[in-house]
Amino acid sequence: MSTQTYDDLVQAPPSRLREFWQAFAHNKGAVAGLAFMLMLIVCALFAPWLAPHSPIEQYRDFLLTPPLWQDGGQAQFLLGTDELGRDLLSRLIHGARLSLLIGLASVVCSLLPGIVLGLLAAFFPNRLGPLIMRMMDVMMALPSLLLAVAIVAVLGPGLLNTVIAIAIVSLPSYVRLTRAAAMGERQKDYVTASRLAGASLPRLMFVCVLPNCMAPLIVQATLSFSAAILDAAALGFLGLGVQPPTPEWGTMLASARDYIQRAWWVVSLPGLTILFSVLAINLVGDGLRDALDPKLKNAD
Amino acid sequence: MLSFILKRLGLLVPTFFGVTLLTFSLIRMIPGDPVEVMMGERKVDPELHAQAMQRLGLDQPLYKQYFDYIGQLLQGDLGQSLVSRESVWHEFTALFPATLELSIAAILIASLLGLIAGVVAALKRGSMLDHGIMGLALTGYSMPIFWWGLILIMFFSVQLGWTPVSGRIDLFFDVPPVTGFMLIDTLYLDDEGVWLDALHHLILPAVVLATIPLAVIARMTRSSMLEVLGEDYVRTARAKGLSPARVVFVHALRNALIPVLTVIGLQVGTLMAGAVLTETIFSWPGIGKWLIDAISRRDYPVVQNGILLIATLVILVNFVVDVLYGIANPRIRHAG
Repeated sequence: MSTQTYDDLVQAPPSRLREFWQAFAHNKGAVAGLAFMLMLIVCALFAPWLAPHSPIEQYRDFLLTPPLWQDGGQAQFLLGTDELGRDLLSRLIHGARLSLLIGLASVVCSLLPGIVLGLLAAFFPNRLGPLIMRMMDVMMALPSLLLAVAIVAVLGPGLLNTVIAIAIVSLPSYVRLTRAAAMGERQKDYVTASRLAGASLPRLMFVCVLPNCMAPLIVQATLSFSAAILDAAALGFLGLGVQPPTPEWGTMLASARDYIQRAWWVVSLPGLTILFSVLAINLVGDGLRDALDPKLKNAD
Repeated sequence: MLSFILKRLGLLVPTFFGVTLLTFSLIRMIPGDPVEVMMGERKVDPELHAQAMQRLGLDQPLYKQYFDYIGQLLQGDLGQSLVSRESVWHEFTALFPATLELSIAAILIASLLGLIAGVVAALKRGSMLDHGIMGLALTGYSMPIFWWGLILIMFFSVQLGWTPVSGRIDLFFDVPPVTGFMLIDTLYLDDEGVWLDALHHLILPAVVLATIPLAVIARMTRSSMLEVLGEDYVRTARAKGLSPARVVFVHALRNALIPVLTVIGLQVGTLMAGAVLTETIFSWPGIGKWLIDAISRRDYPVVQNGILLIATLVILVNFVVDVLYGIANPRIRHAG
């Protein structure tokens, strides 16, 4: 006679992380996107060791050298050089550092105030809430890139101002999402119970309600991460973002414009890098949405 | 219905004033002395400086400056460009048709192709075709359009020589502006070649500007179609023995269109942001390029009120979309 206990008979449910990973790994595009993203992160972290050359050193004898596989390609410049003889591959690798930094910094700088404002709007629905939401409506009235352009026009171009501008323009979506999710949670019994047990308002907001609003926020953070990279590159392209000679992908494209007839690589490669990075992050975002928040799933 | 429209209209007023507050404070956030910044020189003669401050109203307290600004706006005075000395309103109205023509062409391309792609993907759900279309849509959605424009120029203009590189019309032709729409104004000339030239100039920028809306519309159409195709009335229509084409286009698509039309309407913001980039790449003389040029010239009245005009435009279009959606969907209307 076996001495199985109840616990042995009932299989332990898979841990939440495992369950999440199974749902996420089901989506092949998302896994591919994640792999590309990890590669970018490695490039960004170890850029000085991975890049074959310095991103700003000008090899005056090798202006506009084509990539290795084309006639005239040089083994030391795998993807060719730009109009000043700088190694394109090294600039792209160092550019990953900048783009990820801008993306991460602007997500953090808009996510945190966005959560606070959204929770405040949900917990004070009479006066403060509508005021916050009207302010967000005003910011939503301007197309995000245009608002970012306007902010940078005022603050002046540069890395920090790019981050500030992008953080400001992505604020409204976090506020709206947090408020919408928190409004739903606030009515539930567990919140009332905590309140009756004497939980303070900050505790109710951040400890009780916030963890249950995280799923849509994580998805939104991923999507605005890719939007931030795209907007930063657009600002750089317009000459309003990170300034040369810093190897920013958009800024690289702006100076490559003049060589469109002679050197396809200086135009194509930075843009392809932007496209693949943004696409990879969006794929991860789609996968996260399907895995974390089945309600938002695209009906498939 | 009227009360619904009035309620929405009432929400517009604070938003509009919020935007004026935003454009008003933007200009005042510029670091440094405003007169020196506008004149572009340092150490301005103190007397001249005081005069300029007075002329610009900058010696007044802030709240009064704001009320003066609102007063001017309500009188239709948007100030004048520091560079051309033309009124901002005049410059805007002269350049706006170019942006409008480009945007209309883009949204037509995006809607037509997006609807077809979305319907096909929904009907062939799960097939290679569906995956291919959705993959392309996500790629389009992730596209840095300023680069996409350069690539199209490199291929179609430089390599193949099919389309011109920039502008709205060959400098060789003199087209008197009647409507401001090049495709219409060239018709008055009664010369097919000129009209074709205008069309050739329009096609690449329109495709570039259409890319992101196209992706959004295709994704929305697909998910909206999938939802509708599962509804009982579609099954009933099928069971009645109607032809598949009739079921798809008359019963399903008509109902799937409501959210899609809303999404199309909401693309106006994307189009305006895209116009800034597209017009810069193709030297298209519209308001996007105007604004970027004004920023590089530090022409602050143009930046300030140009942004205000674009924001007002976006607010108004969103309002119209909102009202139309309310008309199409009574549930929204009564939810207030």
